[in-house]
Amino acid sequence: MTFPISGTHIDPVYLIGVGFVVGMLGGFFGVGGSFLAGPALFAAGVPMNFVVGTDLAHIVGKSIVAARKHRTLGNVDLKLGGIMVVGTIAGVEAGAQVIQWLKRTAHIDVAVGLTFVSILIGISAFMTWETISTLRAHGNRKRRAKSAGTEHPSRRDHSAMAHIAHKIHALSLPPYISLPVSGIERVSLWAILAVAFVGGFFSGFLGGGAGYIRMPCLIYLLGIPTHIAVGTDLFEIIISASYGTISHALKGNVDILIALVMHTGAAIGAQIGATATQFFGGPRIRMAFIPLPLIGAVMLIHGLLTGHPHK
Amino acid sequence: MDREVKSSLISFCVELLIYAALVIAYYFLVLHLLGDWLQRLFEHERKLYAAIALGLIICQGLILEVFTRLMLAFIKPRTED
Repeated sequence: MTFPISGTHIDPVYLIGVGFVVGMLGGFFGVGGSFLAGPALFAAGVPMNFVVGTDLAHIVGKSIVAARKHRTLGNVDLKLGGIMVVGTIAGVEAGAQVIQWLKRTAHIDVAVGLTFVSILIGISAFMTWETISTLRAHGNRKRRAKSAGTEHPSRRDHSAMAHIAHKIHALSLPPYISLPVSGIERVSLWAILAVAFVGGFFSGFLGGGAGYIRMPCLIYLLGIPTHIAVGTDLFEIIISASYGTISHALKGNVDILIALVMHTGAAIGAQIGATATQFFGGPRIRMAFIPLPLIGAVMLIHGLLTGHPHK
Repeated sequence: MDREVKSSLISFCVELLIYAALVIAYYFLVLHLLGDWLQRLFEHERKLYAAIALGLIICQGLILEVFTRLMLAFIKPRTED
C-alpha cells in the first residue's frame, strides 16, 4: 500500500504486525514504542523525520488502551504523571527543534540513527548489570518474604540502584512533593521535572514515548516501583505524545495513515501486555526487557548500512 | 492445563479472530478512503491536518479500547460455560 503523505510503499500487514508486537510490549513494560517501531519503520523505507513524528502519533493511540488497563490495576500515579507532563512537553519541543535543524543539514538519518543505536545498546547493558545484581542479592530473601507476607509477590520490588534513588530523595532542592501512590515521602519537584525533560527531549528527537529513557529514570533515579513506573509512564505519554504529534505534524513529520494502521494491531497487543504485568515481579520484568533495545539497534544499523529509497 | 488459563486462551483466540476480521474490513473501507483527503490537508492546510491527525488517532484509540473491552466481556462468559 502506498502512503502518499510520506511517499512510502509498505505492506499494511507488516505495519499491523509491528503494531501488535509494540502494543504488547508497551502494555507489559510501559515502553516498547520507538525502540522497535522506529527502527521497524526506518527498515521499511520511511524517512527518518517521518519515523520520529509518526511514531509519536502511533504512541498516543496505543497508550490510551494500555494506560486505561494499568489504571484499573492501580498502577498509575496521577500526581507524578501530571507533574511530569510539564517537563516532558518542554523536552519534546526542544527535541523537535533539533530535528528541524537536522532536516536542513541533510544528515538526519545518520545523526538520529547513531544516537538511537548508542542509547539502545547503553540501556540494555545497564539493565543487564542492574537486573543480575538485584536478582542475586535479593533472590533468597524474596522467597522467604513471599512465604510469610500477604502482599502479592509481584508488587514487591527490589533494585540494585536503590541507594541512588535515596540520595536523590534526600536532595535539598525545594519545593518538595510527596508521592503516596508510589510510596515516596519526599522528593524535589526539580528532580521529577529534570527526568521528564530528558525523556521528553528524546521523545521529540528520536520519536515515540522514550519510555526506554524515562522508565529506567523513574525506577533507578526516582525510586518509583516498577509497576507504578510502567502505568504512570503510559499515562503521561498520552499527554506529552499528543503535544509531540501536533508539533511534528505542523513541521511536516507525521504520516497519520501509517500511525492508524500500526495502531490497529497495537490496540489488542496492549491489552494482553498490561494484563500480564500482574504475574511478574519488577526485576523479572526488567530482565525480559533487556534484549528488546538490542533488537531495535540491529534493525537501525541494518537500515543505515543498506540504505533504502526515500521520497 | 488449568481450567482458568484454558478459558482465557480460548477467549483470546476468539477475540483475535473477530478483531482480525474487523481490522481488515476497517482497513479496506476506511483507510483507503482517507488517503487522498489527508494528503491534500497535509500539503495545503497543515494546521488542520495536525489537529485532525491527533483527533483521528485518539478517536481510534478510544473506540478500539471500548470495543475490545466489550468484546472481552461478551466472549468470556460464553467460553467459560
